[in-house]
Amino acid sequence: MIECLKNEGVEVIFGYPGGQVLPIFDELYDAPIKFILTRHEQGAAHAADGYARATGKVGVCLATSGPGATNLVTGIATAYMDSIPMVAITGQVKSFLIGNDAFQEADITGITRPITKHNYLVEDVRDLARILKEAFHIASTGRPGPVLIDIPSDIQMQETEFEYPQKIEIRGYNPTYIGHIGQIKRAAKAIAEAKRPILYVGGGAIISGASEEVTELATKNDIPVAMTLLGLGAFPATDKLSLGMLGMHGTAYANHSIMESDLIIAVGARFDDRVTGKLDAFAPHAKVIHIDIDPASVSKNVEVDIPIVGDAKTVMKQLNKSVKKPDTAEWLKKIEEWKKKYPLKYKDDNKLRPQYVVEEIYNATKGEAIICTEVGQNQMWAAQFYKFMKPRTMLSSGGLGTMGYGFPAAIGAQMGKPGAVVFDIAGDGSIQMNIQELATAVVNKLPVKVAILNNCYLGMVRQWQELFYKKRYSYTCLGGTCPDFVKLAESYGAVGMRITRKEDVRPAIEKALKIDNTVFLDFHVEQEENVFPMVPAGEAINRMIEGGLA
Amino acid sequence: MKHTISVLVENKFGVLARISGLFSARGFNISSLAVGETEDPSVSRMTIVVEGDERTLEQIKKQLNKLIDTIKVIDFKEGEFVDRELVLIRVSVGSKNRKEVLEAIDSIGAKVVNAGSKSICVEVAGDQVKIKALLGLLRPFGILEVVRTGRVAMGTEDKIVKSEGKPEVNE
Repeated sequence: MIECLKNEGVEVIFGYPGGQVLPIFDELYDAPIKFILTRHEQGAAHAADGYARATGKVGVCLATSGPGATNLVTGIATAYMDSIPMVAITGQVKSFLIGNDAFQEADITGITRPITKHNYLVEDVRDLARILKEAFHIASTGRPGPVLIDIPSDIQMQETEFEYPQKIEIRGYNPTYIGHIGQIKRAAKAIAEAKRPILYVGGGAIISGASEEVTELATKNDIPVAMTLLGLGAFPATDKLSLGMLGMHGTAYANHSIMESDLIIAVGARFDDRVTGKLDAFAPHAKVIHIDIDPASVSKNVEVDIPIVGDAKTVMKQLNKSVKKPDTAEWLKKIEEWKKKYPLKYKDDNKLRPQYVVEEIYNATKGEAIICTEVGQNQMWAAQFYKFMKPRTMLSSGGLGTMGYGFPAAIGAQMGKPGAVVFDIAGDGSIQMNIQELATAVVNKLPVKVAILNNCYLGMVRQWQELFYKKRYSYTCLGGTCPDFVKLAESYGAVGMRITRKEDVRPAIEKALKIDNTVFLDFHVEQEENVFPMVPAGEAINRMIEGGLA
Repeated sequence: MKHTISVLVENKFGVLARISGLFSARGFNISSLAVGETEDPSVSRMTIVVEGDERTLEQIKKQLNKLIDTIKVIDFKEGEFVDRELVLIRVSVGSKNRKEVLEAIDSIGAKVVNAGSKSICVEVAGDQVKIKALLGLLRPFGILEVVRTGRVAMGTEDKIVKSEGKPEVNE
């Protein structure tokens, strides 16, 4: 197995040992592959995910049977929703005990069937090499996703002649990469004729490495670019054609633009409900071109006029060759007006506001950092106020919305990109969901910086309660129950800092960047700050609440 | 609207669970599902009858195709296929109406496969029209049990379905 992993170019495995993976761990003891012992299997899965997102390689995690395997489940589901290439290896009870309710037995292939791209239970050691080869192939090609391999411990102990297959034959799996030429022509014609075109760019563009091609199409043809949460970084945020993020907490100008557009060019995005809002009111005047590698994503939510099934990078290259520049001068003028009229803003007073913290992280890192986020307000402020310049720098659980994702993902990202500055923008709620990984970060000397936007609330849920549930803050207040994050960090051997004043924000960030250790920055921010703009669930996305902004 | 879909899948354990799991997870309705080995023992063929509009059907086909173990999905159009189902019906009979029941069974071309003193078990194979007709005829006598195999379908000669890369026999 180790030979197979080496053949696949695996450098690092994240995981946790246990009874049914002892033979594998014995091999790992002196294997030339780095093993990162997390403090919870969920952390291992997210770390493998973060590693994959930051590097583009397949992330690998390893856990024992039963609870070890079920602890991976949230991480696997997170990777599945965001199409992240991952191979999860689990131990299983001995083959002859399967189905016997043996100690630490769980039907993990059954449990993960709907949250993996594919999974395997190894029944014969002679199949192991082929299965590993297939797993890496399936995980990393087409629309990527997690693949789980469950290996009974008796099979782990069997010996076989090692022969790594060179070829892969899976007759039911053959993703389409090249776009249909007729469809490319139709798309090019539609773009040339458009008056109000808009690029709607999702995580698929990042995964396929289509950032350059998206940028070329946009800048050569003066087409504005709106991005999904996972698409951030595909197009530089500081470019005048960038509209930032669209959707529920997107910029008002991105939402107005897509609603008024006459042509949407969707690239590796899937028209999910957080983007489209009320479906029948979405972009009523627009023709839709949809470029996606997954045929099932096309016309699933929004009826598509020109579907192009294929790899985003390949198709965009094809499209760039045949497209003619439309006249968008009027359109860009209109968008410029929206940008002036509805800028992203927050109250700029002397209080310590979370948006300010994110802006200062951006300023201090010049948009060069890898930003991981947890889920909730912290995630949305990171998306709104950090200007992402490069692909693979925004790591966030977009589809599943997993609290506790960011910190272990940051650990994985730092492992994959040792030289990069890696920040986790967190909330006081989310960070406590995988806080045990402090040990992993410190032991492995990973200089991950964690910015806790500490407002003593589960902020996003509290915001909904404020706006839609008459301020009945049912179980969302964490005030008084949060640990002292500074002492907590210190107790693990990390560095902790508490910041309570606005003027201390930048110096604290600068100081943290110079520390070659894991740092917790505990920012005590305004407690009842809301994320605006906001589109209430089920509304059309141009019906935004602007909130009480200055 | 009802659609008849044929799905060629790898003949491995767990594949039926993948298919049925997909239907339940995505809220698609299965009217009937029948599965068995094909002329190639490594391939199973499922006949799935589903209910839904065009768009739902489109999603079902795409999602089925996404499964690694799915080799081919065929959506049969009206007139392009024949379908059959086998049904066992246990109908109650008494000494007075036994003859009448047997006549009804005979008129449809069904046959008695097992008979007792109070009931008989009837086997009928055919298309939905035939099965419905027999059920209608037997209902007044009292149907005690019905067991159905689910429909199996095969395309007409110009719609022969083969798993990719496999040469056709006798060619």
